Amino acid sequence: MGVIRERLKNGIITENVIFVQVLAMCPTLAVTTSAINGIGMGLATTIVLMGSNVAISLLRKFIPDEIRLPAFIVVIAGFVTLIDFLLQGYVPALYASLGIFIPLIVVNCLILGRAEAYASKNGVVPSLFDGLGQGLGFTVSLLLIGMIRELLGSGKLFDIQLMPASFQPALIMILAPGAFITLGILMALFNLKKVKPKKKKGTSQLA
Amino acid sequence: MEIFLLVLSGILVNNFLLAKFLGICSFLGVSKKVETSIGMGFAVTFVMALASLMSYIIYKLILIPLNITYLYNIAFILVIASLVQFVEMVIKKTSPGLYQSLGIFLPLITTNCAVLGVVILNMQQNYTLIESLVYGISSGLGYMLAIVLLAGLRERMEENETMPKAMQGLPVALVTAGLMSIAFLGFSGLI
Repeated sequence: MGVIRERLKNGIITENVIFVQVLAMCPTLAVTTSAINGIGMGLATTIVLMGSNVAISLLRKFIPDEIRLPAFIVVIAGFVTLIDFLLQGYVPALYASLGIFIPLIVVNCLILGRAEAYASKNGVVPSLFDGLGQGLGFTVSLLLIGMIRELLGSGKLFDIQLMPASFQPALIMILAPGAFITLGILMALFNLKKVKPKKKKGTSQLA
Repeated sequence: MEIFLLVLSGILVNNFLLAKFLGICSFLGVSKKVETSIGMGFAVTFVMALASLMSYIIYKLILIPLNITYLYNIAFILVIASLVQFVEMVIKKTSPGLYQSLGIFLPLITTNCAVLGVVILNMQQNYTLIESLVYGISSGLGYMLAIVLLAGLRERMEENETMPKAMQGLPVALVTAGLMSIAFLGFSGLI
């Protein structure tokens, strides 16, 4: 139970994919044009991550060390192909908005990273929850960025008009530049939170 | 004329980094020095060109005849992984200095969204062999243009003593990339 809680906390906060590890930048910038797209991509990635973590953890004793990376990639590609066709069949609208980034989940550094750093060295249950934790952290971060961009860029949230009619949406937020700038400022804000507490700790130790 | 439009599109209008968000991890990781960025740009362009060629051949000669086009993802990523392994060996032999400065980012070209991205785009847009090759090279050159530009800007910002601590490093690089992206939006009326 302790391991599960630890893995979940690790994935969502301590080793958050986007803000701490700074991985999976491509989908982060591309799919956060709206909150729903963010959640959709986050959940798709979480499912692939959980599946591949479990599969690789089960196979870890049988994969020779020299070919482990290509082996991981093939396993991950298998799961991505599955998700690709499932999404295409069941949620075609979401599939169309996420576009090329669904097949590109296979080169998401997060998934290969977790396989290499955790799933290939740990049991099935911890790996499952490691995947869930990292995936949830990814989804929550995507949701945050997506909400900001959608609200400022179109006045809507989850497709519901929230801003008053007099609000002039900043279209740039939904376009490419908005992604870079939103992520940059969010990272700066998170850094600010890291810098300030350290200063406070420093002075209290001196006193 | 088609080819020329393809080149314009690949380098400027639909710039892989600033418009399509393909290749961002390496974009942020390698753009600290102009020299390394140029080397990285050439390596990625070379891999993209060869990957476009080889994946076209595999797609037309193996996947379509055997009716297994749904396996495109696995097939393409294996092509790219082997290609990058090969390029790594070549660079290690011919230019150890470049090999050292690229470090982990050279094998990471395998997981570079830009390479798999261009290969999938070639397939989706049904390009011919020549069109695939041209699009692959132009996208690579567009990648190189953006990464070298950002490296030049970041090198100068390194010397800025008064930059707030929270903005140092990635945040200011991202905001800069955003401003570059706005500039490149200006090309969208070109085609």
